[in-house]
Order: sequence, then structure tokens, then C-alpha cells
Amino acid sequence: MSRQQRVRIMRGREWARPVRPARREVLSALPEVEQGRPPLLFVPGFGHGAWAFAEHWLGHAAGRGFPAYALSLRGHGGSEPAPEATLRAYTHDVTQAAAGLPRQAVLVGHGAGALVVRHALARYPARAAVLAAPVLGDWSTLGTALRRNPGGTLPAFVGAGLRLSRRQLFSRELPDAEARRYAARLGHAGRRAQWQLLTHRDPEPAVGDPPVLVVGSPDDRVVPPAALTRAARRHGGAPLLFPGMGHDLMLDVRWREPIDAILDWLEKEHPPA
Amino acid sequence: MSPSTDPGRPEPDATTLAPPRDARPVSDRGDTVCVIGAGASGLTAVKNLREHGFGVDCYERETGVGGAWNWRHDRSPVYASTHLISSRPFTQFPDFPMPDDWPDYPHHSQVLTYFERYADHFDLRQHIWFGTEVIRVEPVDGDRWDVTTRSTGGYGPERTSRYAAVLVANGHNWSPKLPRYEGLEEFRGEIMHASSYKDPAQLRGKRVLVVGAGNTGCDIAVEAAQQASHCWHSTRRGYWYAPKYVLGRPADQVNDSLLALRVPLRVRQWLYHWTLRLTVGDLTRFGLPKPDHRVYETHPIANSQLVYHVGHGQITPVPDVARFHAKAVELTDGREIDPELVVFATGYLPRFEFLDPRVLGADEAGRPRLWLNAFVPGHPTLAVAGLVQPDSGIFTLSHWQTVLFARLLALRVRRPERAAAFAQRVTAGAGERYSGKVKDSSRHWFEVGHADYLRAVQRAMHELEEK
Repeated sequence: MSRQQRVRIMRGREWARPVRPARREVLSALPEVEQGRPPLLFVPGFGHGAWAFAEHWLGHAAGRGFPAYALSLRGHGGSEPAPEATLRAYTHDVTQAAAGLPRQAVLVGHGAGALVVRHALARYPARAAVLAAPVLGDWSTLGTALRRNPGGTLPAFVGAGLRLSRRQLFSRELPDAEARRYAARLGHAGRRAQWQLLTHRDPEPAVGDPPVLVVGSPDDRVVPPAALTRAARRHGGAPLLFPGMGHDLMLDVRWREPIDAILDWLEKEHPPA
Repeated sequence: MSPSTDPGRPEPDATTLAPPRDARPVSDRGDTVCVIGAGASGLTAVKNLREHGFGVDCYERETGVGGAWNWRHDRSPVYASTHLISSRPFTQFPDFPMPDDWPDYPHHSQVLTYFERYADHFDLRQHIWFGTEVIRVEPVDGDRWDVTTRSTGGYGPERTSRYAAVLVANGHNWSPKLPRYEGLEEFRGEIMHASSYKDPAQLRGKRVLVVGAGNTGCDIAVEAAQQASHCWHSTRRGYWYAPKYVLGRPADQVNDSLLALRVPLRVRQWLYHWTLRLTVGDLTRFGLPKPDHRVYETHPIANSQLVYHVGHGQITPVPDVARFHAKAVELTDGREIDPELVVFATGYLPRFEFLDPRVLGADEAGRPRLWLNAFVPGHPTLAVAGLVQPDSGIFTLSHWQTVLFARLLALRVRRPERAAAFAQRVTAGAGERYSGKVKDSSRHWFEVGHADYLRAVQRAMHELEEK
């Protein structure tokens, strides 16, 4: 068993220096009748807030009987501003929100939110996890970002926020006005957290070994297809692909396909009691 | 053995085995694991065993979860003002954080809410038989166990079920330890053990003597200082009274910053003495005895208010009680005082009334001989959770004990040679201690230092699963 796969019981730093709490925004859409399905917690990536899921996915998941919640990481959306936030603080936000739900939750992370989810899985026994267009912070992601969006990426090296262009995030099918409206709502993550995309340690093993699904698009201009395959292989599977979509699967025109695939997968993993 | 997937309740007499010695039918529960108690340690055991794929039957004598922390329970030792002694990060389960808008030291009612939420979040109640007490646990062939239960209070018939493994989590803060004093029978005042102390109204306007300087004793003395007409606080020796906050942060977090840096004990002791000198200074000027040991050598007492009230003259520190008279109490220094109410905050003793003491390898004094305070030599499918008195929160320790037990049980099937090596380790290491030098008392044998102890559990887990 390699060192990374070992459980770490001694967590001196977490005990001695707990993360400072920050006010969290959690949006939700609940099914009209409780159907015994696990709650979903959507974790947006850097720059996005809970609003990104509130547009389509929350309501759709609730319509299919899943209590659906979306969190804004600190410094994003309606959560408390936190310019100095770290990956650990984001992970704290996710475990807090998950443990605050009435039942054992499924964590769904999008973009860099998927990396936060992978870290959170080591601190919260999720029922299952979904990594959507995951930015897991390896050098190839940086390479892609530099190639596709040098103007938005390079300034991040001197401490500015990563900026994503709407052409990276959405397919050409999305009307320009809508794309502009979404792009205008983007913020950016903490400086330190951005660096930690590259410098973070591998996440510790997930508690309870939950099933993990990777979804993405081969035409995603943030996450290269090879990174999707690598992420899925790490969890012993292949990625579910939705050609023709941009990085923001939950906002693009065909948002319905990935969320339906995710919910189908969950129904198969956890048939209702 | 394949981990059972049946989450349901035991079918009455699913398979009736050949009648045992006394010809009672035994229902065979297959690969299911039995957990005794649904307090902090029992709940985390149910959750972790389920997570590792085992079926679980948990028996709880009360009608709710939370064990000692549920003030509705007969055996609960909590009183109205009980707060946590260790701060939140040390107290919560490592994979289910307490809400971060709770205070650093939550109240006992919040702790109970936390356990109820834990039980609901992981859907644990469906595995718990409430109002059912375990009266006998007996080993049978093949490292299996016959567990006999009946309704709490002795109603209804006894039932025996056979389990693949048993995890004992019956707690150790419910059986009061009462010291013997000469003349106690002739004392005309009121006497109570801290277990029956619930509310400061019980002290109001009375002359109160509190015996014992554990965390409970100190809490009660502080309440008596505010409510009683007079409060004496009797301690056997001098203690270190640690404030709950130092250097602007919860004291245990400061201590663990040093532990994480592996600062040696001597240096930590020196730093600690120095910090105390800066705040409360020399306690002997208040009449408190000088500690006969260095800090960290007895169970830590975290109480910022005791010294405060001593300094305000609302608590009179007195030495040990020598004997009782009809209307007075004689102290070891010859003084006599005349309390109306004596509260014995003299602690509790662990008891396993349903288990033959020989199974746990108990010595003459009834102290079990275990490894990691949890694993039983010669009985690879039996473990005790929560039998630790850490210098920190207990729930984290119980969590990892039960994770280790679940992984051990899973490996018994998959890799029996690993489980056998573990069993040897248990036999070789039985009786090991996980703390520095500790002043002896009838309960300090299960005192552990949380860092030493968790490092030992981590080592055991890695050894168990090494390829």
C-alpha cells in the first residue's frame, strides 16, 4: 500500500489550527414528496457560485426526486468574502455543508470544485461522488489554460484572479447574450487557493470508499480529454462524455443530458428503498 | 464469511441451532456483528461497521441514542451546566464535523443534538434495538459469541442470538465509585454522589462540601461558589488547574500546536508552568496544596473558573476528609467543618457485568488486560470501544478503534494471515500504556495521551494493511 493510500489519523494541524468559519450560501430545491433518495450537494468550481447550479440543475434534480443543494465556496457567490482562502478552507466549507444535510449526501463537484470534493471525501463519508469536468490541478490543465486563454491565465502568476473566457466555458450553441450574462457573474477564487491547484498534495483516501463517476465533454476547452480519462481511471472507470458541450456543463444549452446521466447513475448505484 | 448485506432486524429464530447447555434456542445471526450500547462509541461503531459492509445489531438499554450525553437517561452523569472539556476539533468524529458556528466548548445538549444528527444522517437507528439490555455475552466455538438480551428492567423473556463478533461500548461513566470513610453512616447531613447532581438549585443556600478535584468536582465547586452559602472543596493532593483559553486560543489547540511539532514533554511542562505563572501565579497562597507532580501527569482539569472563585473567597480549599461525625466532617489536618450537604465527585468505574471477567483477562482489581485499550488477547472477534480516559476528546479515539476493528474483521476473511499476525500483536502488547507517567488511582489505568494513543492506532492500522 503506497503512502498516499494510507489513512492519516494524526491531524495535528487540523486540530490545533481549525479553519475559521465563514458564512456560507447554500441554495436548495427540494422534491415535493420525500422519496428516500440521497441529497445531492453541488460544489461549483473557482469563480462560480451556487447560482450556476440554481439555473437548471437544482430544479431538475428535485423534479426527479433528489433533494438538491448547491454551496458557494467562501469568497464566491453569496458567501462571505475570503480573499485569503485556501484549498483547506474550501474543503472545510464542503464538509460542513455536507454534514449539515439531513442525510448522507452525494457530492457533485464541478471544475476545481471537483478537486475540493476529492479532498472533502477524505473528511466526510459521502454516499457517492461525481466529478464534472474536473480540474484536478495537474500541469496539463495549466498547459491547456495557457494555450487557450493566455490573457486570463498569465496574470494569475502575479497574484491576479484566474479569468475564464466565455468561449472556454460555453459551446457556440449558447446565445451570446446569455453567455455574457453568465460570464459577468463570475468571480474568482482566493490567490492562495489558485496556486494550490498546482502545489496541493494528493488527497487522502476517501472515507468509506464511495463510488465515483466522472463526466465531461471532449470539447471542453478547460479540461483536456486525456485529463478526464486519467481522472476516471483513478477511480476505476471511464468518463461519461457529452460531445459538443463547453466546460460549464450545468449552464450550456444541453444542460439536461449530463444531469440526467448523473441521476440515472445514482439511481442504479442506490436504488430507492 | 462474506459481509452480510441484510440491514434488517434479526428474524426471530432464523435458524435454530442445536440447543446449547441450558437448552435455550439460539438464533443464528450469521455474519452480523453485535454492538453493545448506542452512546458515542456505539454509534460510531455501528456507522463504521456498516461502512465496511457488515450487518449490525446494536442493543441499547435506554430508548434514545447518546448514552451518557443524553440527560434523559437514568445512567447519564451530565448536570445542567456540563460543557465539553476539550474544544470542538478534538471532540468531533473525524468524518462528521460539528457545526462551525457552535462555540469552542459546546454544551451537553448540543453534544446530544450532534449524536442524534449523526444517527439520522447515517440512518443508524434502524440497526438499534432500543430498550433492550444485554445480560450475558459468552464465547462459543469458532470465535463466535452468544449474546443474551431482554427488555430493560427485566421484563419479558430472554433471547439469545449468535454473532460473528461483538463490540462492547457500554461506557465507563455510569457506575459511581464511592470511597469508604469512617463514620459515614452516622453523618446526619445529606450525601450524594455527583451522578445524582443535576442542577445548581440542589446547592442553593446550603453549606456544601465537594469532594474530588476531577473535572466534575471542579464544576460543582464552581456552581456551589455561586449558589451555596458556603463551599469547601476537598482534594487529596494539589492539582494543576488549566484554563480553557491561553494565548488567545482554546488551550488544547495551543498544546497540540506543540505536540504537532513534537516538542518534548519536559519542554512542554516548562512552558506550561511558565504560562500559568503569568496568569494565576502561585496557587499555594490561596491555601491550595502545591501539586506533588508535574503538569500532564494526571488527568488534566480544564477549569478557568475554579481559581477565580478561590481568589474571591467563595471556595475554601481543604485537604482530604479523615472521617465523618454526626454533625461535622474531620479533615486530615485536624480541622472540623460542618457542611449540610456533601457531594462526592469521586468518579466512576468501568463495569462489564455481562461478561465473565476472565474473558477480558481481568486482574484481581477487575482491570481488563487489553491492547490499545480495545483488543482482547485470545478473542480476535471481541473488542471494547471507548474504554479510554484521554487528555482530550474521547469520540475521535472511539471512531478509530472501531474503524480498526471493522478492518480487522474484514481482513479475517480476505487475508487470514494478516489477522493472525494482528492477534499475535494483541497478545504480545496486552496491558500497554499510552501516556506518560500517571499518578495511580483505581481508574487511571485507562488514562491515555491522545497523541501517543492515536499514533499507536495509526501504526496498528498500517501494520495490519501493509502489503
